[in-house]
Amino acid sequence: MSTLAARGVGVTFGHAVVFDDVDVELARGETVGLRGPSGCGKSTLARVLALLHGPDRGHVSIDGSPIEGARYAVPVATRTRIALLFQSPRAAADPRLSLLDLIAEPLLATGTDRTTGRARARALADDVGLTEDLLERRPHAVSDGQLQRACLARALVHNPDYLLLDEATAMLDASTQALVAQVLIAYQRQHQAGVLLVSHDLALLDRWADRTIDWNELIS
Amino acid sequence: MSTVLRIRDLTVRFRLRDTIVQAVSGLDLDVRRGELLAIVGESGCGKSVLAHSLMGLLPKNAQVTGSALLRDTDPADTGPVELISAAPRRFARGIRGRRIGLVPQSPATALTPVRTGRKLLEETLRVHRRTTDADTLAADVGLAPADLDRYPFELSGGMAQRLTTALALAPDPPLLIADEPTTGLDRPLVDHTLDLLRRRCDTGGTVVVITHDLTAAERVADRVAVMYASRLVEHRPADAFFASPSHPYAAALLDALPTRSFNPVPGHPPMLTALPDGCAFAPRCPAANSDCARRPDLDPDTTEGVACHHPLVTEEVG
Repeated sequence: MSTLAARGVGVTFGHAVVFDDVDVELARGETVGLRGPSGCGKSTLARVLALLHGPDRGHVSIDGSPIEGARYAVPVATRTRIALLFQSPRAAADPRLSLLDLIAEPLLATGTDRTTGRARARALADDVGLTEDLLERRPHAVSDGQLQRACLARALVHNPDYLLLDEATAMLDASTQALVAQVLIAYQRQHQAGVLLVSHDLALLDRWADRTIDWNELIS
Repeated sequence: MSTVLRIRDLTVRFRLRDTIVQAVSGLDLDVRRGELLAIVGESGCGKSVLAHSLMGLLPKNAQVTGSALLRDTDPADTGPVELISAAPRRFARGIRGRRIGLVPQSPATALTPVRTGRKLLEETLRVHRRTTDADTLAADVGLAPADLDRYPFELSGGMAQRLTTALALAPDPPLLIADEPTTGLDRPLVDHTLDLLRRRCDTGGTVVVITHDLTAAERVADRVAVMYASRLVEHRPADAFFASPSHPYAAALLDALPTRSFNPVPGHPPMLTALPDGCAFAPRCPAANSDCARRPDLDPDTTEGVACHHPLVTEEVG
Protein backbone atom coordinates (compact mmCIF):
# COMPACT_ATOMS: atom_id res chain seq x y z
CA MET A 1 0.00 0.00 0.00
CA SER A 2 1.37 3.41 -0.90
CA THR A 3 1.38 5.28 2.36
CA LEU A 4 3.66 7.17 4.66
CA ALA A 5 2.60 6.28 8.16
CA ALA A 6 3.59 6.85 11.75
CA ARG A 7 2.64 4.02 14.09
CA GLY A 8 2.49 4.68 17.81
CA VAL A 9 5.24 7.27 17.62
CA GLY A 10 6.31 9.26 20.64
CA VAL A 11 8.96 11.93 21.11
CA THR A 12 10.56 13.06 24.34
CA PHE A 13 12.92 16.01 24.72
CA GLY A 14 14.71 15.67 28.05
CA HIS A 15 11.87 15.30 30.54
CA ALA A 16 9.24 16.80 28.27
CA VAL A 17 7.01 14.32 26.47
CA VAL A 18 6.04 16.17 23.29
CA PHE A 19 3.55 13.49 22.27
CA ASP A 20 3.07 9.79 22.65
CA ASP A 21 1.39 6.97 20.79
CA VAL A 22 0.43 8.99 17.74
CA ASP A 23 -0.85 7.26 14.61
CA VAL A 24 -1.07 9.16 11.38
CA GLU A 25 -1.26 8.02 7.79
CA LEU A 26 -0.78 9.80 4.51
CA ALA A 27 -1.65 7.97 1.29
CA ARG A 28 -0.27 8.89 -2.12
CA GLY A 29 -2.61 11.13 -4.04
CA GLU A 30 -4.32 12.60 -1.00
CA THR A 31 -3.95 15.94 0.72
CA VAL A 32 -4.30 15.81 4.47
CA GLY A 33 -4.51 18.85 6.71
CA LEU A 34 -3.16 18.84 10.25
CA ARG A 35 -4.23 21.57 12.61
CA GLY A 36 -3.53 22.16 16.26
CA PRO A 37 -2.59 24.83 18.77
CA SER A 38 0.72 26.65 18.55
CA GLY A 39 3.55 24.70 20.19
CA CYS A 40 1.70 21.38 20.46
CA GLY A 41 4.25 19.33 18.51
CA LYS A 42 3.01 19.54 14.94
CA SER A 43 6.43 20.51 13.59
CA THR A 44 8.10 17.71 15.57
CA LEU A 45 5.67 15.20 14.09
CA ALA A 46 6.42 16.54 10.61
CA ARG A 47 10.15 16.07 11.28
CA VAL A 48 9.52 12.52 12.45
CA LEU A 49 7.54 11.75 9.29
CA ALA A 50 10.30 13.32 7.18
CA LEU A 51 12.82 10.91 8.81
CA LEU A 52 14.77 13.85 10.22
CA HIS A 53 14.11 12.96 13.82
CA GLY A 54 14.02 9.40 15.07
CA PRO A 55 11.01 8.83 17.31
CA ASP A 56 11.70 7.58 20.84
CA ARG A 57 8.81 5.15 20.57
CA GLY A 58 6.98 3.63 17.64
CA HIS A 59 8.14 3.80 14.03
CA VAL A 60 7.56 5.38 10.65
CA SER A 61 6.86 3.19 7.65
CA ILE A 62 6.82 3.82 3.94
CA ASP A 63 4.55 1.68 1.79
CA GLY A 64 4.08 -0.69 4.67
CA SER A 65 7.77 -1.36 5.41
CA PRO A 66 9.08 0.16 8.61
CA ILE A 67 12.15 2.37 8.48
CA GLU A 68 14.91 0.49 10.23
CA GLY A 69 18.29 1.54 11.42
CA ALA A 70 19.60 3.09 14.54
CA ARG A 71 19.16 6.83 14.61
CA TYR A 72 18.17 7.03 11.02
CA ALA A 73 20.87 5.84 8.73
CA VAL A 74 18.23 5.96 5.99
CA PRO A 75 19.27 5.08 2.43
CA VAL A 76 19.26 8.02 0.03
CA ALA A 77 16.71 6.33 -2.22
CA THR A 78 14.26 6.26 0.70
CA ARG A 79 15.06 9.68 2.04
CA THR A 80 14.53 11.43 -1.26
CA ARG A 81 11.00 10.04 -1.47
CA ILE A 82 9.93 12.39 1.31
CA ALA A 83 10.38 16.16 1.26
CA LEU A 84 9.73 18.63 4.05
CA LEU A 85 9.14 22.30 3.49
CA PHE A 86 9.94 24.24 6.65
CA GLN A 87 8.14 27.07 8.35
CA SER A 88 11.04 29.51 8.25
CA PRO A 89 12.93 29.59 4.94
CA ARG A 90 15.39 32.06 6.45
CA ALA A 91 16.54 29.46 8.95
CA ALA A 92 16.34 26.57 6.46
CA ALA A 93 18.34 28.01 3.58
CA ASP A 94 22.14 28.00 3.41
CA PRO A 95 23.06 31.71 3.26
CA ARG A 96 26.12 30.99 1.12
CA LEU A 97 24.27 29.50 -1.83
CA SER A 98 22.57 31.37 -4.65
CA LEU A 99 18.90 30.48 -5.06
CA LEU A 100 19.76 28.43 -8.11
CA ASP A 101 22.40 26.42 -6.23
CA LEU A 102 20.03 26.08 -3.30
CA ILE A 103 17.48 24.41 -5.58
CA ALA A 104 20.06 22.27 -7.38
CA GLU A 105 22.01 21.17 -4.27
CA PRO A 106 20.00 18.02 -3.45
CA LEU A 107 20.52 16.81 -7.03
CA LEU A 108 24.24 17.53 -7.03
CA ALA A 109 24.53 15.81 -3.65
CA THR A 110 23.12 12.62 -5.13
CA GLY A 111 25.40 12.54 -8.13
CA THR A 112 23.65 14.55 -10.86
CA ASP A 113 26.14 16.61 -12.88
CA ARG A 114 26.16 20.36 -12.43
CA THR A 115 24.79 21.30 -15.87
CA THR A 116 21.82 18.94 -15.67
CA GLY A 117 21.18 19.87 -12.06
CA ARG A 118 21.18 23.57 -12.76
CA ALA A 119 18.93 23.15 -15.81
CA ARG A 120 16.41 21.22 -13.74
CA ALA A 121 16.65 23.86 -10.99
CA ARG A 122 15.97 26.61 -13.51
CA ALA A 123 12.86 24.84 -14.79
CA LEU A 124 11.55 24.34 -11.25
CA ALA A 125 12.28 27.96 -10.36
CA ASP A 126 10.12 29.01 -13.27
CA ASP A 127 7.31 26.71 -12.07
CA VAL A 128 7.24 28.38 -8.66
CA GLY A 129 7.26 31.86 -10.17
CA LEU A 130 10.83 32.96 -9.45
CA THR A 131 12.07 35.39 -12.07
CA GLU A 132 15.48 34.92 -13.67
CA ASP A 133 17.07 37.93 -11.93
CA LEU A 134 16.53 36.32 -8.51
CA LEU A 135 18.34 33.06 -9.20
CA GLU A 136 21.89 34.33 -8.87
CA ARG A 137 21.10 36.16 -5.63
CA ARG A 138 21.81 34.72 -2.23
CA PRO A 139 19.12 34.45 0.44
CA HIS A 140 19.91 37.77 2.14
CA ALA A 141 19.04 39.64 -1.05
CA VAL A 142 15.56 38.20 -1.57
CA SER A 143 12.33 38.40 0.40
CA ASP A 144 11.03 35.62 2.65
CA GLY A 145 8.32 34.81 0.15
CA GLN A 146 10.81 34.48 -2.69
CA LEU A 147 13.10 32.37 -0.53
CA GLN A 148 10.25 30.07 0.45
CA ARG A 149 9.43 29.54 -3.21
CA ALA A 150 13.06 28.56 -3.80
CA CYS A 151 12.75 26.11 -0.89
CA LEU A 152 9.59 24.69 -2.48
CA ALA A 153 11.44 24.16 -5.75
CA ARG A 154 14.24 22.48 -3.77
CA ALA A 155 11.72 20.21 -2.09
CA LEU A 156 10.38 19.09 -5.47
CA VAL A 157 13.76 18.52 -7.06
CA HIS A 158 13.80 14.75 -6.36
CA ASN A 159 10.15 14.26 -7.35
CA PRO A 160 9.18 13.16 -3.84
CA ASP A 161 6.23 10.80 -3.32
CA TYR A 162 5.36 12.49 -0.05
CA LEU A 163 5.48 16.20 0.64
CA LEU A 164 5.18 17.61 4.12
CA LEU A 165 4.46 21.33 4.45
CA ASP A 166 5.07 22.71 7.92
CA GLU A 167 3.19 26.04 7.88
CA ALA A 168 5.01 26.52 4.63
CA THR A 169 2.68 29.15 3.21
CA ALA A 170 2.19 31.11 6.42
CA MET A 171 4.72 33.76 5.48
CA LEU A 172 3.42 34.15 1.94
CA ASP A 173 1.01 36.74 0.60
CA ALA A 174 -2.38 35.61 -0.66
CA SER A 175 -1.30 35.55 -4.30
CA THR A 176 1.94 33.65 -3.69
CA GLN A 177 0.11 31.23 -1.41
CA ALA A 178 -2.41 30.54 -4.17
CA LEU A 179 0.46 30.12 -6.63
CA VAL A 180 2.27 27.65 -4.36
CA ALA A 181 -1.00 25.75 -3.94
CA GLN A 182 -1.46 25.63 -7.70
CA VAL A 183 2.09 24.36 -8.25
CA LEU A 184 1.65 21.70 -5.59
CA ILE A 185 -1.77 20.59 -6.77
CA ALA A 186 -0.40 20.23 -10.31
CA TYR A 187 2.63 18.33 -9.00
CA GLN A 188 0.43 16.10 -6.89
CA ARG A 189 -1.80 15.20 -9.83
CA GLN A 190 1.18 14.42 -12.00
CA HIS A 191 3.06 12.30 -9.46
CA GLN A 192 0.23 11.04 -7.30
CA ALA A 193 2.07 12.50 -4.32
CA GLY A 194 0.72 12.50 -0.80
CA VAL A 195 0.69 15.98 0.73
CA LEU A 196 0.49 16.81 4.42
CA LEU A 197 -0.43 20.42 5.20
CA VAL A 198 0.38 21.50 8.73
CA SER A 199 -1.38 24.80 9.17
CA HIS A 200 -3.34 27.09 11.46
CA ASP A 201 -5.24 28.56 8.57
CA LEU A 202 -8.63 26.89 8.61
CA ALA A 203 -9.76 28.66 5.46
CA LEU A 204 -6.72 27.29 3.65
CA LEU A 205 -7.25 23.74 4.92
CA ASP A 206 -10.95 23.87 4.03
CA ARG A 207 -10.05 24.88 0.54
CA TRP A 208 -7.07 22.68 -0.09
CA ALA A 209 -7.10 19.52 2.04
CA ASP A 210 -9.19 16.43 1.28
CA ARG A 211 -9.50 15.81 5.01
CA THR A 212 -8.19 17.57 8.09
CA ILE A 213 -6.91 15.95 11.26
CA ASP A 214 -7.24 17.83 14.51
CA TRP A 215 -4.23 17.44 16.82
CA ASN A 216 -6.52 16.74 19.76
CA GLU A 217 -7.92 13.69 17.98
CA LEU A 218 -4.40 12.40 17.30
CA ILE A 219 -3.28 12.40 20.90
CA SER A 220 -6.52 11.26 22.53
CA MET B 1 -4.90 64.10 13.88
CA SER B 2 -1.17 64.63 14.16
CA THR B 3 1.26 62.90 11.90
CA VAL B 4 3.76 60.73 13.76
CA LEU B 5 5.74 59.78 10.70
CA ARG B 6 5.86 61.74 7.49
CA ILE B 7 7.59 59.93 4.63
CA ARG B 8 8.29 61.82 1.43
CA ASP B 9 9.84 60.60 -1.79
CA LEU B 10 11.59 57.71 -0.07
CA THR B 11 13.69 55.64 -2.43
CA VAL B 12 15.86 52.67 -1.48
CA ARG B 13 18.25 51.08 -3.92
CA PHE B 14 20.58 48.17 -3.37
CA ARG B 15 23.78 47.97 -5.32
CA LEU B 16 24.47 44.36 -6.18
CA ARG B 17 27.46 43.04 -8.09
CA ASP B 18 26.21 43.97 -11.54
CA THR B 19 22.75 45.47 -11.06
CA ILE B 20 20.78 47.89 -8.94
CA VAL B 21 17.66 46.71 -7.19
CA GLN B 22 15.13 49.42 -6.46
CA ALA B 23 13.12 48.15 -3.51
CA VAL B 24 11.28 51.37 -2.62
CA SER B 25 10.49 54.07 -5.20
CA GLY B 26 9.42 57.63 -4.42
CA LEU B 27 7.18 56.56 -1.59
CA ASP B 28 5.00 59.14 0.20
CA LEU B 29 3.17 58.08 3.34
CA ASP B 30 1.72 59.78 6.41
CA VAL B 31 1.27 57.70 9.54
CA ARG B 32 -1.08 59.35 12.02
CA ARG B 33 -1.02 59.11 15.78
CA GLY B 34 -3.38 56.58 17.31
CA GLU B 35 -3.94 54.79 14.04
CA LEU B 36 -3.21 51.27 12.97
CA LEU B 37 -1.92 51.25 9.44
CA ALA B 38 -1.61 47.95 7.59
CA ILE B 39 0.86 47.75 4.72
CA VAL B 40 -0.01 44.82 2.49
CA GLY B 41 1.35 43.49 -0.77
CA GLU B 42 2.90 40.57 -2.57
CA SER B 43 6.12 38.92 -1.48
CA GLY B 44 9.17 40.93 -2.47
CA CYS B 45 7.37 44.22 -3.15
CA GLY B 46 9.53 46.16 -0.68
CA LYS B 47 7.45 46.13 2.50
CA SER B 48 10.18 44.90 4.83
CA VAL B 49 12.85 47.07 3.20
CA LEU B 50 10.61 50.07 3.88
CA ALA B 51 10.46 49.10 7.56
CA HIS B 52 14.20 48.51 7.77
CA SER B 53 14.97 51.86 6.11
CA LEU B 54 13.01 53.60 8.89
CA MET B 55 14.94 51.70 11.56
CA GLY B 56 18.43 52.26 10.17
CA LEU B 57 18.80 48.55 9.61
CA LEU B 58 19.69 48.46 5.94
CA PRO B 59 22.96 46.87 4.85
CA LYS B 60 25.87 48.96 3.59
CA ASN B 61 25.09 48.51 -0.09
CA ALA B 62 21.77 50.36 0.32
CA GLN B 63 21.36 53.89 -0.99
CA VAL B 64 18.50 55.76 0.64
CA THR B 65 17.16 59.11 -0.51
CA GLY B 66 14.13 61.15 0.48
CA SER B 67 12.82 62.02 3.91
CA ALA B 68 11.12 60.34 6.85
CA LEU B 69 10.36 62.68 9.72
CA LEU B 70 9.50 61.14 13.08
CA ARG B 71 7.48 63.37 15.41
CA ASP B 72 6.44 61.74 18.63
CA THR B 73 5.98 63.00 22.15
CA ASP B 74 9.00 61.45 23.75
CA PRO B 75 9.48 63.17 27.13
CA ALA B 76 13.21 63.45 26.55
CA ASP B 77 12.39 64.70 23.09
CA THR B 78 14.86 66.73 21.19
CA GLY B 79 12.33 67.52 18.48
CA PRO B 80 11.50 65.75 15.24
CA VAL B 81 14.08 63.32 13.94
CA GLU B 82 14.95 62.87 10.31
CA LEU B 83 15.35 59.11 10.12
CA ILE B 84 16.95 58.90 6.71
CA SER B 85 19.98 61.01 7.58
CA ALA B 86 20.27 59.93 11.24
CA ALA B 87 23.66 58.55 12.17
CA PRO B 88 23.89 54.84 13.03
CA ARG B 89 24.95 55.79 16.56
CA ARG B 90 21.85 57.92 17.02
CA PHE B 91 19.67 55.02 15.86
CA ALA B 92 21.28 52.66 18.32
CA ARG B 93 21.15 55.04 21.28
CA GLY B 94 17.87 56.82 20.98
CA ILE B 95 15.64 55.66 18.17
CA ARG B 96 15.65 51.95 17.57
CA GLY B 97 13.64 50.17 20.21
CA ARG B 98 13.03 53.35 22.22
CA ARG B 99 11.11 55.52 19.77
CA ILE B 100 10.35 52.99 17.05
CA GLY B 101 9.88 49.39 18.05
CA LEU B 102 10.25 46.60 15.53
CA VAL B 103 8.71 43.17 15.64
CA PRO B 104 11.01 41.50 13.13
CA GLN B 105 9.97 38.98 10.55
CA SER B 106 11.45 35.46 11.01
CA PRO B 107 11.62 35.22 14.82
CA ALA B 108 13.66 32.04 14.31
CA THR B 109 16.64 34.15 13.29
CA ALA B 110 15.95 37.25 15.41
CA LEU B 111 16.55 35.85 18.88
CA THR B 112 19.91 35.48 20.59
CA PRO B 113 20.29 31.69 20.73
CA VAL B 114 22.33 31.55 23.93
CA ARG B 115 19.91 33.35 26.24
CA THR B 116 16.51 32.38 27.56
CA GLY B 117 13.46 34.48 26.74
CA ARG B 118 13.43 35.74 30.32
CA LYS B 119 17.04 36.96 30.14
CA LEU B 120 16.34 38.71 26.84
CA LEU B 121 13.22 40.40 28.17
CA GLU B 122 14.73 41.40 31.50
CA GLU B 123 17.75 42.90 29.79
CA THR B 124 15.55 44.99 27.49
CA LEU B 125 13.37 46.15 30.38
CA ARG B 126 16.44 47.11 32.43
CA VAL B 127 18.10 49.04 29.62
CA HIS B 128 14.91 51.01 29.04
CA ARG B 129 14.29 51.48 32.79
CA ARG B 130 10.83 49.98 32.66
CA THR B 131 9.14 48.87 35.85
CA THR B 132 7.04 46.17 34.18
CA ASP B 133 8.28 42.66 34.85
CA ALA B 134 8.96 40.01 32.25
CA ASP B 135 6.07 37.77 33.30
CA THR B 136 3.48 40.54 32.83
CA LEU B 137 4.82 41.34 29.41
CA ALA B 138 4.87 37.67 28.46
CA ALA B 139 1.28 37.29 29.64
CA ASP B 140 0.32 40.30 27.47
CA VAL B 141 1.48 38.47 24.36
CA GLY B 142 0.02 35.14 25.50
CA LEU B 143 3.28 33.43 26.46
CA ALA B 144 3.30 31.15 29.52
CA PRO B 145 5.90 31.98 32.25
CA ALA B 146 7.41 28.50 31.86
CA ASP B 147 8.11 29.16 28.19
CA LEU B 148 10.12 32.24 29.16
CA ASP B 149 12.76 30.03 30.75
CA ARG B 150 13.46 28.21 27.54
CA TYR B 151 16.14 28.93 24.98
CA PRO B 152 14.99 30.08 21.53
CA PHE B 153 15.69 26.69 19.91
CA GLU B 154 13.28 25.10 22.39
CA LEU B 155 10.43 27.35 21.31
CA SER B 156 7.92 26.61 18.58
CA GLY B 157 7.61 29.10 15.71
CA GLY B 158 4.53 30.64 17.32
CA MET B 159 6.19 30.95 20.74
CA ALA B 160 9.26 32.63 19.25
CA GLN B 161 6.93 35.00 17.41
CA ARG B 162 5.25 36.01 20.66
CA LEU B 163 8.61 36.45 22.37
CA THR B 164 9.83 38.87 19.68
CA THR B 165 6.57 40.81 20.04
CA ALA B 166 7.10 41.04 23.81
CA LEU B 167 10.68 42.22 23.23
CA ALA B 168 9.53 44.97 20.87
CA LEU B 169 6.87 46.10 23.35
CA ALA B 170 9.27 46.09 26.33
CA PRO B 171 10.58 49.67 25.81
CA ASP B 172 6.99 50.88 25.17
CA PRO B 173 7.83 52.69 21.92
CA PRO B 174 5.42 55.40 20.69
CA LEU B 175 5.61 53.93 17.19
CA LEU B 176 5.65 50.19 16.69
CA ILE B 177 6.39 48.58 13.34
CA ALA B 178 5.33 44.95 13.30
CA ASP B 179 6.65 42.96 10.34
CA GLU B 180 4.40 39.92 9.95
CA PRO B 181 3.61 39.66 13.68
CA THR B 182 1.07 36.85 13.32
CA THR B 183 2.96 34.32 11.18
CA GLY B 184 2.93 30.85 12.67
CA LEU B 185 0.29 31.62 15.28
CA ASP B 186 -2.96 29.74 15.56
CA ARG B 187 -6.18 31.69 15.17
CA PRO B 188 -6.83 32.45 18.87
CA LEU B 189 -3.26 33.72 19.23
CA VAL B 190 -3.54 35.76 16.04
CA ASP B 191 -6.62 37.41 17.48
CA HIS B 192 -4.85 37.90 20.80
CA THR B 193 -1.89 39.63 19.14
CA LEU B 194 -4.11 41.77 16.94
CA ASP B 195 -6.18 42.88 19.93
CA LEU B 196 -2.97 43.78 21.72
CA LEU B 197 -1.84 45.97 18.82
CA ARG B 198 -5.31 47.47 18.54
CA ARG B 199 -5.27 48.40 22.25
CA ARG B 200 -1.94 50.19 21.80
CA CYS B 201 -3.54 52.41 19.17
CA ASP B 202 -6.63 53.01 21.26
CA THR B 203 -4.43 54.19 24.14
CA GLY B 204 -2.48 56.69 22.06
CA GLY B 205 0.19 54.50 20.50
CA THR B 206 0.74 54.15 16.79
CA VAL B 207 1.21 50.85 15.00
CA VAL B 208 2.26 49.99 11.48
CA VAL B 209 1.61 46.35 10.65
CA ILE B 210 3.32 44.89 7.62
CA THR B 211 1.41 41.80 6.70
CA HIS B 212 0.24 39.57 3.94
CA ASP B 213 -2.59 38.34 6.16
CA LEU B 214 -5.46 40.28 4.68
CA THR B 215 -7.93 38.76 7.11
CA ALA B 216 -5.84 40.11 9.99
CA ALA B 217 -5.57 43.54 8.36
CA GLU B 218 -9.31 43.68 7.88
CA ARG B 219 -9.85 42.87 11.53
CA VAL B 220 -7.74 45.62 13.09
CA ALA B 221 -6.53 48.22 10.62
CA ASP B 222 -7.79 51.80 10.46
CA ARG B 223 -6.14 52.32 7.14
CA VAL B 224 -4.61 50.09 4.50
CA ALA B 225 -1.71 50.86 2.18
CA VAL B 226 -1.14 48.44 -0.69
CA MET B 227 2.39 48.19 -2.00
CA TYR B 228 3.24 46.84 -5.42
CA ALA B 229 6.69 46.63 -7.02
CA SER B 230 8.30 49.21 -4.70
CA ARG B 231 5.44 51.76 -4.80
CA LEU B 232 2.23 52.39 -2.93
CA VAL B 233 -0.70 51.85 -5.27
CA GLU B 234 -3.64 52.30 -2.93
CA HIS B 235 -3.96 53.93 0.49
CA ARG B 236 -7.45 54.22 1.93
CA PRO B 237 -9.50 53.75 5.11
CA ALA B 238 -9.65 50.02 5.85
CA ASP B 239 -13.45 49.63 5.84
CA ALA B 240 -13.76 51.30 2.42
CA PHE B 241 -10.82 49.29 1.09
CA PHE B 242 -12.13 45.90 2.13
CA ALA B 243 -15.67 46.73 0.98
CA SER B 244 -14.40 47.59 -2.50
CA PRO B 245 -10.71 47.77 -3.37
CA SER B 246 -10.08 50.34 -6.12
CA HIS B 247 -6.77 49.26 -7.59
CA PRO B 248 -7.05 46.24 -9.93
CA TYR B 249 -4.01 44.77 -8.17
CA ALA B 250 -5.59 45.14 -4.73
CA ALA B 251 -8.76 43.49 -6.01
CA ALA B 252 -6.79 40.60 -7.53
CA LEU B 253 -4.83 40.14 -4.31
CA LEU B 254 -8.00 39.94 -2.22
CA ASP B 255 -9.43 37.50 -4.72
CA ALA B 256 -6.46 35.15 -4.19
CA LEU B 257 -7.61 34.38 -0.62
CA PRO B 258 -8.61 30.75 0.01
CA THR B 259 -12.05 32.00 1.03
CA ARG B 260 -12.45 33.62 -2.40
CA SER B 261 -11.28 32.32 -5.78
CA PHE B 262 -7.86 31.04 -4.52
CA ASN B 263 -6.32 31.99 -7.87
CA PRO B 264 -2.98 33.79 -7.89
CA VAL B 265 -2.71 37.20 -9.53
CA PRO B 266 -1.86 36.26 -13.12
CA GLY B 267 1.71 36.84 -14.34
CA HIS B 268 4.77 37.86 -12.35
CA PRO B 269 5.56 41.13 -10.64
CA PRO B 270 8.20 43.14 -12.53
CA MET B 271 11.84 42.65 -11.65
CA LEU B 272 12.98 45.34 -9.24
CA THR B 273 16.14 45.61 -11.30
CA ALA B 274 14.15 46.86 -14.30
CA LEU B 275 11.06 48.73 -13.16
CA PRO B 276 8.92 50.17 -15.97
CA ASP B 277 8.42 53.95 -16.27
CA GLY B 278 4.66 53.63 -16.38
CA CYS B 279 2.29 51.68 -14.14
CA ALA B 280 4.17 48.60 -12.94
CA PHE B 281 0.99 46.52 -12.78
CA ALA B 282 -0.06 47.22 -16.38
CA PRO B 283 1.37 43.96 -17.84
CA ARG B 284 -0.84 41.94 -15.47
CA CYS B 285 -3.84 44.26 -15.51
CA PRO B 286 -7.04 43.41 -17.39
CA ALA B 287 -7.93 47.11 -17.74
CA ALA B 288 -4.54 48.31 -19.01
CA ASN B 289 -4.41 50.60 -22.05
CA SER B 290 -2.14 53.29 -23.51
CA ASP B 291 -2.72 55.62 -20.51
CA CYS B 292 -0.80 53.18 -18.35
CA ALA B 293 2.52 54.12 -19.96
CA ARG B 294 2.27 57.24 -17.77
CA ARG B 295 2.73 56.47 -14.09
CA PRO B 296 -0.36 57.13 -11.93
CA ASP B 297 0.19 58.62 -8.45
CA LEU B 298 -1.53 58.91 -5.11
CA ASP B 299 -2.69 62.30 -3.84
CA PRO B 300 0.65 63.96 -2.96
CA ASP B 301 -0.81 65.99 -0.04
CA THR B 302 -2.77 63.36 1.87
CA THR B 303 -0.74 60.40 0.46
CA GLU B 304 -4.11 58.68 0.12
CA GLY B 305 -6.17 57.48 -2.84
CA VAL B 306 -5.46 55.04 -5.59
CA ALA B 307 -2.63 55.16 -8.13
CA CYS B 308 -4.48 53.90 -11.19
CA HIS B 309 -5.88 55.37 -14.38
CA HIS B 310 -8.87 53.03 -14.28
CA PRO B 311 -9.74 52.40 -10.64
CA LEU B 312 -12.48 49.84 -10.15
CA VAL B 313 -14.88 51.95 -8.12
CA THR B 314 -14.97 54.77 -10.66
CA GLU B 315 -15.64 52.24 -13.35
CA GLU B 316 -18.68 50.90 -11.53
CA VAL B 317 -20.07 54.39 -10.90
CA GLY B 318 -19.39 55.81 -14.35
